[in-house]
Amino acid sequence: MAGVIVPMWDNFQILVTAPVFNVQLILNGLSVGAVFALAAYGLALVWGVTSVKNLAQGDFVMMGGYLGYELSLHGVNPIVAIVPVGVLMFAYGWVIYALIIRRVIELDLFTSLLATFGLAITMQQVLNLVFGPDVRTLKSGFGRFELLDGMVDITQIRVVAFGLCIVLAVAMVLFLRNSRMGQAIRATAQDPRAARVLGVNTDLVYALTFSINSAICGVAGVIIAMIWVIQPFYGIAYSVRAFVVVTAAGLGNFPAVILTSLGLGVIEQYSGFILGAQFQQATVVGLLLVILMWRQTLLRRHRLALQ
Amino acid sequence: MHKQFQGSALARALAISAAIGVGALAGTPTNANAEDTITLGSAISITGKYSQEGKNASDGYNFAVKAINDKGGVKIGGKPYKLAVKYYDDESTPSRTAQLLERIINQDGIKFVLGPYGSGPTKAAAPVTEKYKIPMVEAEGASRSLFTQGYRYMFAALSTSDQYLSPLIDLAAELAEKNGKKPGDLKIAMAFENDPFSLDVRAGVVETAKKHNMKIVVDDKMPRDLSDISATLTKIKALKPDVILFSGHTKGAATSTRQMKEMGINASIIGVTHCESAKLTSQFGAAAEGILCPTQWSETLKYKDDVFGTAMDYNKAFLAAHPEYKNVPYQVAQGSAAVEIWADAFRRAQSLDPEKLRDALAATDMQTFYGNIKFSPEGNNIAKPMVLRQIQGGKYVVVAPTKYAADPVVYPRKAPQ
Repeated sequence: MAGVIVPMWDNFQILVTAPVFNVQLILNGLSVGAVFALAAYGLALVWGVTSVKNLAQGDFVMMGGYLGYELSLHGVNPIVAIVPVGVLMFAYGWVIYALIIRRVIELDLFTSLLATFGLAITMQQVLNLVFGPDVRTLKSGFGRFELLDGMVDITQIRVVAFGLCIVLAVAMVLFLRNSRMGQAIRATAQDPRAARVLGVNTDLVYALTFSINSAICGVAGVIIAMIWVIQPFYGIAYSVRAFVVVTAAGLGNFPAVILTSLGLGVIEQYSGFILGAQFQQATVVGLLLVILMWRQTLLRRHRLALQ
Repeated sequence: MHKQFQGSALARALAISAAIGVGALAGTPTNANAEDTITLGSAISITGKYSQEGKNASDGYNFAVKAINDKGGVKIGGKPYKLAVKYYDDESTPSRTAQLLERIINQDGIKFVLGPYGSGPTKAAAPVTEKYKIPMVEAEGASRSLFTQGYRYMFAALSTSDQYLSPLIDLAAELAEKNGKKPGDLKIAMAFENDPFSLDVRAGVVETAKKHNMKIVVDDKMPRDLSDISATLTKIKALKPDVILFSGHTKGAATSTRQMKEMGINASIIGVTHCESAKLTSQFGAAAEGILCPTQWSETLKYKDDVFGTAMDYNKAFLAAHPEYKNVPYQVAQGSAAVEIWADAFRRAQSLDPEKLRDALAATDMQTFYGNIKFSPEGNNIAKPMVLRQIQGGKYVVVAPTKYAADPVVYPRKAPQ
C-alpha cells in the first residue's frame, strides 16, 4: 500500500513546492474541457429538444476529424477547414435526420437508443473502410506560448480551441434566446405538441437541431485531430464524456454544460498528476456518481417537503 | 508459392467461403506426390481484424517454403522431401484457432504446426498442440504469458514482449557509464497502456531497472480511451527524468510524440513502441527525431543463413517476389524464420516422428537472416535480442544491439526545434 501512497504524496508535494505546475495543469485542463464541451453541448441540445440520446455523438466527432484530414490532403489549412467541415457535417446531419432520426423520434427511448447505436457502428465501419484503421493527426502549424519564464507552456491551437468553444457557446445562447428559430427550438423543447398547435414546424426544428449538433461535432473533430489523434473507433470516448458532462450538468442548462466540462477537465488533470493516468477517467466517473447521489438526496428532500 | 496460395483470387475466395461458414481450405501442392511432401498445418487470420498481419505471416511462411523447396527441400534418410503448408482461416478469433487445430491434427493427420498470428490465437493454439503432443513453431505471438505455462511443444522464433523496451534500459546504463555517470543515478519516467501487451513491456522494464538500481519516478498506466496525457507529461516535466518510455500501441506513440514536443519535454533517452505503425516520421517530422523504437527485425542487421543469405538479401528477394509490399514488415521475416527452424529440425532429427522433432527443436542453435535462434526450456527464443532503431534524419537507423548495428546512437537526444 505504501508503494502506492508514497508516490502520490510526492506528486502532491511537487504542486505545493512548485506552484507553477498548478498553472500548467489548470491551463491544460481548461483546454481539454473546452474540446469535450463542444460535443457535450451538441448532445445537450439534441437531448433537450428531440429527447433522442445520440449514442453516435463521438462518431460524428471522428467523422468531422476525417473530413478535415481529407481536406488537408488537398492543401486546405486545418484551421480554415473548420468552416467547410462544419457545413458538410450540417448537411450530413440533415440527411441522417431525414433517413433515421425522424422515424424514431416519436417512438420510445429504447428504439432511438438502438437506432443511434446502430448508426454509431455503421459510421465506425465506414470510416474504417474509407480511411483505414491507422491513427491520424492534423498539423495546425501553430507554435506554443511560453509563460512564466518557460516553466509553463500551452500550444496556440489549444488556446484557439478554448476561444472557439466560448464563441460557439455564446453564439448558441444568443441564437436560442433572440432569434425566431431559437424561440421555436425552445418552445419545441418545452412542449412539442403545444408548439405544433401554435404553428411551429417541429419537424423543421428537429432537423435543424440535429444538423447543428452534427456541425458542432464536426468542428470538434477537426480540433481534436489537431490536438490529439483520430481513429475510426476512438469516437466512443467522446460519446461517453459528452454523456457524463450532460448528466452532471443537468438537462436544459447550457451554461452549466460548458462550466461542468471545463471543471471536469481541470479535475481530470489533477487526478492524473497526483493519482496517475490510470485514475484520470475513474475520478471523472466517480465524481458523476457523487453528483447524482447528491442530486437524488436533494430531490427526495424536496418531495418530502411537498408531501 | 503461387501454387499453394494461387494468388489473391484464391485468397479472396477463401475469405468468402470462410465467411459463409463453409470452412476455408487452401490448395495443396499439385506438383508433388503426397509421400514425399511434409505438410505443415496452420490456422491463420485470413479474415477479421488481424487479416493484414495474418497475410504478412503466411506470405513469410510461403516465401520460405518456396526458397527451401527450390534448394531441394529437406533430406531425411537420404530421401528429399518438399515442404507444404495447409492453411485454415481462424477469422482472427482465438476460439476458432483452437477448433481448427483440432481439425488439422485429428482429421487431416498433420503432425507439424506453424503458429497463428497474434498472442491471443497463439494462446488458444498451444493447449491443443500440447494435448496431442504435436510440436508447433510460432513466430507471431510475443506475450510473456505464453512462456510461463510450461508448454513443451511450443517454440517461438521472436523475442517476447517484455524485451521490447528493456534493452533500452541496458543501453541507457551503458551510455551513462561511458559518460561518467552512475546507472544507479538515472531516473526513469514511463507510461504504459493498461493492456496485456503493454504491461508485459512494462514488466521487462521494471525488472531491468531494478537490476541497474535505477529509480522509476513516474509509472502511469494509461486507460485505452485516454486521449490526453498532458497530466502525466506535466509530472515528467517537473521531475526531469533521464529516460522517458511510452508504450500504448499506435495511439500512445502518436499522442506521446506530439504532446512531448508541444510541452517542450526532452530526456537523454526517449523510447516509444509502435513508431512505424503510428507513422511518427511522416506525421510529426522533427518532433520524432532521436526517439528510439524497438523492432523484432531490421533488414540492415548483419545476420545471415544458407537459404536466404543476409538480411538484406532476404529483403531484396522478398520485395522482388512481392511488389505489392513497400518494405518487409517483421511479421513476414519471422514467419520465414519459423519455416527455416522447422527445416533445420527435420534435417537434424532425420525422422518424421513428432516426439523426435520436438527434441530436435528444443536443441535448435542456429543463425538465420532473422537472428540467432536458441530456445529456453519454456520455448521462447533467448538468442535474439530486440533491435533498437533511432529516428535520425527522418529514417530508422539501427543503433542496438551494438554488435550488429550499423550506426552509433545519438546521445543525449537533442530537443526538437
